[in-house]
Amino acid sequence: MPRDLRIWLGGGFILFLILIAIFAPLLAPFDPLEQDLMAATAAPGVEPGHWLGTDSLGRDLLSRLIYGTRIALTVAFVAATLACLLGTTLGLLAGYYRGWVDAGVSRLVDIWMAFPPVLLSILLVAVLGAGLTSVIVAIVVIDWTRFARVVRAETKQQARLEYAEAASALGMGRGAILWREVLPNVLPVVLVLLSLEMGIAVIVEAILSFVGLSVSTDMPTWGGMIAEGRQIIYQAWWVLVFPLGALFLTVLAFNQLGDGLRQWLDPMLKR
Amino acid sequence: MSPVIDIRNLSARTAVSPILRDVSLSVNAGEVMALVGESGAGKSTIAKAVLGILPTGIKVTGGNIIFEGTDLLVLSPPKLREMLGVRIALIPQDPLTSLNPARRIGNQLTDGLRLRAGMNRKQAFDKALSLLNDVHIREPERVLERYPHELSGGMRQRVLIAQAFSLNPHVVIADEPTTALDVTVQKQVLRLIRDMQREHKTTLLFVTHDLGVVAQICDRMTVLYGGKVLEQGVTAEILANPQSSYTRALLAASPRYDQPEQSLKPVPETLIAELKREIGA
Amino acid sequence: MLIDARNISLDVPDMGHQVLIGHRRRLRILTNVSIALKKGETVGLVGESGSGKTSLGRSLLRLYAPSEGQLFFDGQDITHASAAELKPLRRRMQMIFQDPQSSLNPRHTIGNILATALKLNGMDASEKSIAAVLDRVGLPSSTIRRYPHQLSGGQRQRVGIARAVAVKPELVVADEIVSGLDVSTQAQVLDLLRTLRDEMGLALVFISHDLSVVRYLCERVVIMRSGGIVEEGRTPDVFAHPRSEFTRTLIASIPLPEIRPGWLDETATSVEK
Repeated sequence: MPRDLRIWLGGGFILFLILIAIFAPLLAPFDPLEQDLMAATAAPGVEPGHWLGTDSLGRDLLSRLIYGTRIALTVAFVAATLACLLGTTLGLLAGYYRGWVDAGVSRLVDIWMAFPPVLLSILLVAVLGAGLTSVIVAIVVIDWTRFARVVRAETKQQARLEYAEAASALGMGRGAILWREVLPNVLPVVLVLLSLEMGIAVIVEAILSFVGLSVSTDMPTWGGMIAEGRQIIYQAWWVLVFPLGALFLTVLAFNQLGDGLRQWLDPMLKR
Repeated sequence: MSPVIDIRNLSARTAVSPILRDVSLSVNAGEVMALVGESGAGKSTIAKAVLGILPTGIKVTGGNIIFEGTDLLVLSPPKLREMLGVRIALIPQDPLTSLNPARRIGNQLTDGLRLRAGMNRKQAFDKALSLLNDVHIREPERVLERYPHELSGGMRQRVLIAQAFSLNPHVVIADEPTTALDVTVQKQVLRLIRDMQREHKTTLLFVTHDLGVVAQICDRMTVLYGGKVLEQGVTAEILANPQSSYTRALLAASPRYDQPEQSLKPVPETLIAELKREIGA
Repeated sequence: MLIDARNISLDVPDMGHQVLIGHRRRLRILTNVSIALKKGETVGLVGESGSGKTSLGRSLLRLYAPSEGQLFFDGQDITHASAAELKPLRRRMQMIFQDPQSSLNPRHTIGNILATALKLNGMDASEKSIAAVLDRVGLPSSTIRRYPHQLSGGQRQRVGIARAVAVKPELVVADEIVSGLDVSTQAQVLDLLRTLRDEMGLALVFISHDLSVVRYLCERVVIMRSGGIVEEGRTPDVFAHPRSEFTRTLIASIPLPEIRPGWLDETATSVEK
């Protein structure tokens, strides 16, 4: 069925990546940091064991890609989840309690979103100092607004429906109504947004490591590999193309998962 | 004299179930024919089949819809489109969603006149003005400038009626046109529809679930259940002496303010089971 | 009197009026409305859209606090009662909503929905208990595991009724619960409501735009228009001798399933809407 296919394909690929990240030491044919200047900029398959070739310092590309998965996925899961938690909480409160809470959160979101995101993230990391934590903080600080806005709108809509009123008529307290009745109906939207956010987080991390602001330069990151590869693209295209491909496929997988989830969760209500 | 609309053995189904089972009915020129039934009876489906606007899930599996001698089901889409609006028009059910909320009334009303009747902007707007007068809308010049959400439900429905009659169609199909309206507005709108129908000598196919409405405005009626025609004939005769037990049951289940002693009888389970067997569900 | 509303007026924020900061302009939804019911009485609230009947129904259950006037339930002044003060009273006054599609949480099973209602009011929420409630409204116990979208409109409405009567209330407000139902389903639901009302001795406020249904079910009727009461009295009296022109117009607008030539041309009022 086409509907579930996206979930299987997208989710399957992500699962595959997770396994790679976990078992990296077992899977990587070489030490990702080991330099072998004799085998520098070797095309894929030319040097024995280096199936995807080597970069300008003779480091095995495949191994670096595999280890790069760890950074990409860590950022994707941690940053996206934290942004989701922060944004969803504020969105729920704003949408449900309205009044001053809503006014406050909405103005905050408006002002926050007025800053150019990429610039802001670069600034933040530059101030906080490079490193994985800074990258995660930067993403959370910027992207929570995406969740807040959507969740607020959805919460407002759901809270107006009669089942929320019915719960009130039964004597349920406001907080209980928000948690027990409204939240389960807002969750589908949140889940979809979360999977999309993971794709975005991967890209933001890549951008940051591209400009050298991500984790310390010896740990391989896809963005860093892209930065290196860019400089020798005419001599060694593989150094750029493979990490780019990995990035592309990962984001595609997250988007398909999100799309598939959205379709799967929606008709469930109407079937 | 041959009927204006002659539906013969029309059948339609979705992927999982039949919607129309061998429906036959005919409407004569100048007549008002009711398609009566509860939800799921197939009355809207028949109307949409005539207009060629069936939703994508529903396919016609047999029969003919003969309109003024032509079988609509074998017409190519462009030829069918030629007829719509000019020879067959629709008064839709929901005035809120049937009008484009982003366009002014004047523009929407004149669309048909400019596209199909070849009028220029000024002619079309003049005609639209006179149409709004025909449907008894006060201050029609101002209404032309308004957006749909600025009008009441009753006024919107009048605009839709004006639109339906604007190109002088031979047949108008009214799909539950008063269901969404307050009862006092309903009476006015029904009267308007009847007056327009008489004036233009249009044939009217009226889809409704309300037997009261049928009694007051429709010359003949077709009772539908589960996609099958149970009873058909002159309204006065059927209401006075219903042949089908389903029609009798529907009448017994309809509350009447003039019969306070009546006890409302829901349609008996046995009858439903029998009907389902009869139609082959 | 079980429920006694005296000179109730209700203002709500005008959502059509945009503000950046501060309060919105208020709209008056109910103006000086008084209505009272004894135990076991049935009153029909009739009006067209915008008449305020729905708002009045909700006000009687203190889902809204009146802007003016007083509300008494069983002698107790609940006009400005806090949520905590209202909590023990909630069990005694319940609501059945119009749209069973949106009044039942689509993400909860029927069993879950009913269990919540029972638990909130300290009643037995075991599966046996829920099955008994469902049985009372003519639904099989297999309904417990179903979701609202898996039921028909009539079945959903029965669940709505079940939820309201499960906690054994004394007052029930039924807000347009049969509008939008087929005439045969409507008859079943009305039948059910009547039976439960008689068995439980419920005071019933029946909100509807359909005068014929109200005639059938209610011993008293209140006609509303634009937030105020236009006429009220015992049902047979109001129908036989309507005092207000609006009531006459309403009655005259109902098409009966019987040929009456000239009905369509009668106009009780010359106001075209």
